Amino acid sequence: MVAVASSPSLTKLRRKVRLGDTAGRIVGWLIVAGIVFWIGANIVKSPSQFFAAFLTGINNGALYALIALGYTMVYGIIELINFAHGDLFMLGTVISANVFVNWLGLGSLGASGLAGLLLSMVIAMIACAAINVGTEVIAYRRLRNAPKLAPLITAVGFSFIFQDIGINANGSAPKNWPIKTNLGGPSWNGFQLYQLILVLAVTVPLLLLMTFIVTRTNQGKAMRAVASDQDGARLMGINVNRTISFVFALGGALAGSAGALWIATHASNSYNLGLRLGLIAFTAAVLGGIGNLVGAVLGGLLIGVIEAVNNGAAYGLGQAWSQTVIFAILITLMVFKPEGLLGSRTTEKV
Amino acid sequence: MATTTRPSTIRQQGMSRFIWPISMLLVVVLLFLFYNNIEPNLQTNVANGINDWLPVATFNESMVWIIMALGLNVVVGYAGLLDLGYVAFWAIGGYTAGWLMAQPWANNWTFHLLSPTYLSKAPGIHVTFWLVLIVAGVVCAIAGIIIGAPTLRLRGDYLALVTLGFGEMIGQVARNGSIAGVNITNGDTGISSIDPIGTGFFGNFQGVPKVLTAFDDTYKLIVLAVLVAICMFVSLRIRDGRLGRAWLAIREDELAASMMGVNLVKTKLSAYAVGAFFGGLGGVGFASAVTGNVASSRFLFSVSITVLLMVVLGGMGNVWGVTIGAVILSWINSTGLSQFGVQFDEWTGLHVADKFQQNQFLLFGVVLVLMMLFRPGGLVPEKRTQKLMREAPRTEAESLGADITEAEVEDEFAHGEAAR
Repeated sequence: MVAVASSPSLTKLRRKVRLGDTAGRIVGWLIVAGIVFWIGANIVKSPSQFFAAFLTGINNGALYALIALGYTMVYGIIELINFAHGDLFMLGTVISANVFVNWLGLGSLGASGLAGLLLSMVIAMIACAAINVGTEVIAYRRLRNAPKLAPLITAVGFSFIFQDIGINANGSAPKNWPIKTNLGGPSWNGFQLYQLILVLAVTVPLLLLMTFIVTRTNQGKAMRAVASDQDGARLMGINVNRTISFVFALGGALAGSAGALWIATHASNSYNLGLRLGLIAFTAAVLGGIGNLVGAVLGGLLIGVIEAVNNGAAYGLGQAWSQTVIFAILITLMVFKPEGLLGSRTTEKV
Repeated sequence: MATTTRPSTIRQQGMSRFIWPISMLLVVVLLFLFYNNIEPNLQTNVANGINDWLPVATFNESMVWIIMALGLNVVVGYAGLLDLGYVAFWAIGGYTAGWLMAQPWANNWTFHLLSPTYLSKAPGIHVTFWLVLIVAGVVCAIAGIIIGAPTLRLRGDYLALVTLGFGEMIGQVARNGSIAGVNITNGDTGISSIDPIGTGFFGNFQGVPKVLTAFDDTYKLIVLAVLVAICMFVSLRIRDGRLGRAWLAIREDELAASMMGVNLVKTKLSAYAVGAFFGGLGGVGFASAVTGNVASSRFLFSVSITVLLMVVLGGMGNVWGVTIGAVILSWINSTGLSQFGVQFDEWTGLHVADKFQQNQFLLFGVVLVLMMLFRPGGLVPEKRTQKLMREAPRTEAESLGADITEAEVEDEFAHGEAAR
């Protein structure tokens, strides 16, 4: 992943000890130590506040992981940062909220509410998958041999189109849906246990299913083959276009499920929600090592926890700075470990 | 891709780098004469039509957008580094103007430097517009280098993300207003009543105001056009020079360029610095001449995208194209779309004018996608890009030959000879 363009390939020629690398490593470890110290200080100062924030973080992080998986899979197969993915998630929230509230007429998550949630989630998943595949067929497929910038800018264009759909469906102000998010059950400091159980009950099976598809099925094998070499895969009789479309469908479905969960836990959305969450989720994907499924989940959980601790724990900068904190982490990571936590260094083909 | 420019083409380019800025200035002078002398004397319905569809203020705003687009063009068009956080420089430039040309958050400092005479008693910091331009440019260039430095090891897509992150961070700092208790940007309220531009020596001429207030849009047009001309000239001049050719080289193939001895670190950082410098000029121009204030609500991600759209629409790397793209889009943004909605309502009797404005995102998104699909070089593509587009892309199978070592080839050759 790293552009081994300049420095590393040169260091192979002159095997000198480079002070910059050592200093960089030291600074990197100092930052890690600082974060550990910060978390430790929060635990000591107010344990209950910290653990409530921590579990809220897991709750949000599971959603981020679902979105991040869409980014990481699409990147893994065609090296495209799908900028519109966050907005696809936003469309997922719009669709599921409309199905849940306007179509099914539900307002709380009781027994019928959970069934309704499941139905709205499935509808959102199908719709988002269809939209994502649609963008791929309309645009990205034709741009597969174009310069790198072209599909990226196209994705930005789709992000705008999706936001426009969101504005028309939802209005330009944030919309609060009449859904009771409080499920009862044990709660402290704003954290609700049942909510976490609900989120995990959806995300964990989905993640296991995803792992199963990628590692055990023929379609997954085809995905991995296309990711490593499109021409080679084509020569082996793999339908490359269909495989890539399948990846887009999977990513879109995950974004749709995340949208439904978001509505079930937050009960509000806005047309520009996708920008914020998309950025967070993409950061998560990069943090874990883009292209790596486990990394995306790990990155999502980490980002969720860091954000929640920053927002809720004793020594945090508060919500007003959460985006800055997340991006500061991202940029520091880019500087010291651009391949991510679980990613592997790859060399650039010449 | 080495540049093989013949002396004759260099001379042509040398001409063209004067032709564009000068002809642009000529157009602006004509516009100035039109708006200053002819338009007030026209029949009222004609004048109203012009004021509705092409007010001077629109031109002023589009001048600032041109400067921003030219700056982003250096980063994206010349050097091929996708920057999605360009609004950061607009913000930094704007706040520099706010700090140096106003009385932010009622401080008691008084400092004057070459400021227009009418301000001589005013409290606060008042520095002349022209000096603030340079200061803001330098501040932005430094910020650009700081933003660029972590991205040096990254490839295109990551780079886009990191620049986006910086843009969002600066936007959030602007919204939050203070860091560690020190008020920097005054939050959502922003800094208001920034000094207008003083005309100095030119104020002695008859009819020229001493200070360009909100009513002197026609004169502001001239000042901003001079800035645009400078930016155009610099863009064209740098492009032909050593640095510009190095930018084009890393845009086309970073690895090959570094093998040819292009210093990647220096080249990339200077692209960021020059692009950011332009951004700073635009920020000051906008704060001082167009709005007279800076507020955080303006520094959004969508602004970065709009500037990028101008560059893409016009033709990445082509100064002329980028200028056209900026004029068209800023006009659509500020006047065209809403005015078209009003006109549409008048014709059809419907009430959908709001819808036009509301669906701006749709228009921009569709334009971006369609441009990338059908005219990836932009409205006025750069010649170089055009050539590249015509070349068939080298597939993986074709580039396989590059792996064969020289020894193997010689070996094969020798065997072939022997067999014959």
